[in-house]
Amino acid sequence: MILFLLRRLGVMLLTALCLSLIVFALTNLPANLEKIAKFEGNARMSDAQVESWLEKNGYAQPMLVRYGEWLGAWPGWTRTDETGEYGRCVPVGGTIADSPARCGILQGEWGESRVFREDVGPFIATRLALTGKMMFWVMVLMVPMALVIGVLAGMREGSKLDRGLSTLSILTTATPEYVSGVILIAVFASSAFGLKWFKGTATSAMENATFENFFLPVLTIALFGMGYIARMTRASMAEVMTSQYIRTARLKGLPFREIVLKHALRNALIAPFTVIMLQFPWLLNGVVIVETLFNYKGLGWALVQAAGNNDVDLLLGISLVSVVVVLLTQLISDIGYVYLNPRIRIA
Amino acid sequence: MEPLSWGAIAARILLQFLPVWIALAATFGLSWVYRSKLGLYGKLFDNRIGLIGLFLTLFWVYTALAAGLFDWIATHDPLTAVSGMKNKVPGTPLRGAEDGDYPYYLLGGDGLARDVFSRMVAGSWIVVQIAPLATLFAFMAGITLGLPAGYFGGRLDSVLTFAANLILAFPVILLFYLLVTPEIVESGLPAYLSAGLFLLPLVFLGLLINARARTNPRRRWMLLAVVLLPLGWAYLSLISAEGSALDLLPATLDLFDVPGGILVVFVSVIFVNAPTVFRLTRGLTLDLKTRDYVAAAQTRGEGPWYIMLWEILPNARGPLIVDFCLRIGYTTILLGTLGFFGLGLPPDSPDWGTTINAGRKLLSIFPHPAIAPAVALLSLVLGLNLLADGLREESLKD
Repeated sequence: MILFLLRRLGVMLLTALCLSLIVFALTNLPANLEKIAKFEGNARMSDAQVESWLEKNGYAQPMLVRYGEWLGAWPGWTRTDETGEYGRCVPVGGTIADSPARCGILQGEWGESRVFREDVGPFIATRLALTGKMMFWVMVLMVPMALVIGVLAGMREGSKLDRGLSTLSILTTATPEYVSGVILIAVFASSAFGLKWFKGTATSAMENATFENFFLPVLTIALFGMGYIARMTRASMAEVMTSQYIRTARLKGLPFREIVLKHALRNALIAPFTVIMLQFPWLLNGVVIVETLFNYKGLGWALVQAAGNNDVDLLLGISLVSVVVVLLTQLISDIGYVYLNPRIRIA
Repeated sequence: MEPLSWGAIAARILLQFLPVWIALAATFGLSWVYRSKLGLYGKLFDNRIGLIGLFLTLFWVYTALAAGLFDWIATHDPLTAVSGMKNKVPGTPLRGAEDGDYPYYLLGGDGLARDVFSRMVAGSWIVVQIAPLATLFAFMAGITLGLPAGYFGGRLDSVLTFAANLILAFPVILLFYLLVTPEIVESGLPAYLSAGLFLLPLVFLGLLINARARTNPRRRWMLLAVVLLPLGWAYLSLISAEGSALDLLPATLDLFDVPGGILVVFVSVIFVNAPTVFRLTRGLTLDLKTRDYVAAAQTRGEGPWYIMLWEILPNARGPLIVDFCLRIGYTTILLGTLGFFGLGLPPDSPDWGTTINAGRKLLSIFPHPAIAPAVALLSLVLGLNLLADGLREESLKD
């Protein structure tokens, strides 16, 4: 088990490194660097000025060196001229001798956001907390709903109830967030239908989440994820209900309720558990859409802002965080699967 | 003129779709008569869920074909604005209508005074053009890589699986943003990616023919030449465009040009879908390679590619067909996502994602411009999902 964990952690680290390198390379193309120079310096710089600006600010080094600097594995660049001492890790007006040699992710320095003029580390932490709040409520709403629907549908396969609930779950998986969000806002929050039960934006939910301003975004994400989990639960439940031990229980004359709740449920819930964990990457995707749609300034919203404005440090930080979240949930789902299912043992 | 009532709007819309109803009736009639000879497709007619799915899917396919090829169904030009029709409710008479103009905006006007109904119909053509083809390419790429990964295993498998997981761990929207930004298009990365991704179907077909006709050299070379030469030409014309990073063919030989934006959209969608297909194919291959018929073929001395493509792949077709239907739906969702974030497609494009994005700004006052494309997208994806479900049920029956 320890060896398995170590190997998985190693692969995870390698994946995170590769992905951050890819994002780094794609956001640091020459055309992007020119844009950065013009944004930081002066919009009407000539090509020669751009080049000298890049040279002065450490952007002219090879890409891998700069990736190493960002990571904190390579010493940051320094430059001394008559106006003072400059460097990646040197604060304005500071000296090289007083500053650390390396400053990157490994040292906890995530860089500065070019659009929001804030340190990326705390910025991402606030956004992540906001998104985490939303994800928590999504889970609270989605998981019980999906499990109940799946178990009810799977307990009598082929019945009317099963048909109805299965069609419902197919309907929700076929509705992407930007469709269900638009329909929900139009029906429940617009003046056109007259049902102004909820608010169409969730901006106020960032400080003070209430049922009125937070329910629609949470429901929008939960609906899309729910159908898939419900279908998995149904398939797993239907399989368990045909197994020998359930037949034995029925032949012994146990009431149907008890068979479902005491005997079938526990075995039927193993498969959905992994699916719920593996839903996280999809939920992250939905979060980006829903946060944009409802103007809720969480991680997904920040991702769109950073990507749209080529905010390199912020983009790198967010992609690192989301990749780690995805990989961690995969790891947890693998471990949980082993614990829940004693038939699987990893040497 | 008076605005139309809801009943009159519905009646007029139904009438407008007349060519689609005729085509649907013909398809279903013929399929019903010959259903016993049509294999899995024929068996769908015993399955209500699958039949509803087939109906919804074919409805949009025929709508797209009628609108895209013959210019039927749509009542107005999807890109032309008519003054005075901005944000008008469904059923508003057209202001200043001349003879020959359709006298109403059936589903109202959008924020730029264009006809919502016509834009919805025109949007289906974009989806039907891109989604199935992109899914097909993703499948070819995924299968070409997934078969050897599962069959040979070892280091090849580890490397390919790692690469697939790498792409899958990426947030899809970030990947889209990265691939679609002008700086990256300028650097030629999407062009190189497309060169690689579009090469895989050629490799796939080449291997398919080669494995089958290997023992008969004359037939082998003839077949390879007949299939690969025209496809190779098409491939070169597809990837080479004037002014892009890859300009391989002289303009006189270049058969067609795909607009740069569409190509980028195409590539990003294939790139996101291929790893999942790869994983599915790999898993199926791992399972099927232990079967007796594979051992028999190995004993006969067949080559590895013959076994993969002519023994394993046909037996893996059931799950692959079902996944294909689901994946077209998913690709439609992805295309909508791209449009929703304004990536790749031109801003006035009538595709559903872009239209939903444009309509959501005034959603709380004028919901109709966003709801029409939303319902259209929902019904198409629902149809594909139901169809996949029906196919799965019917294929499990025997």
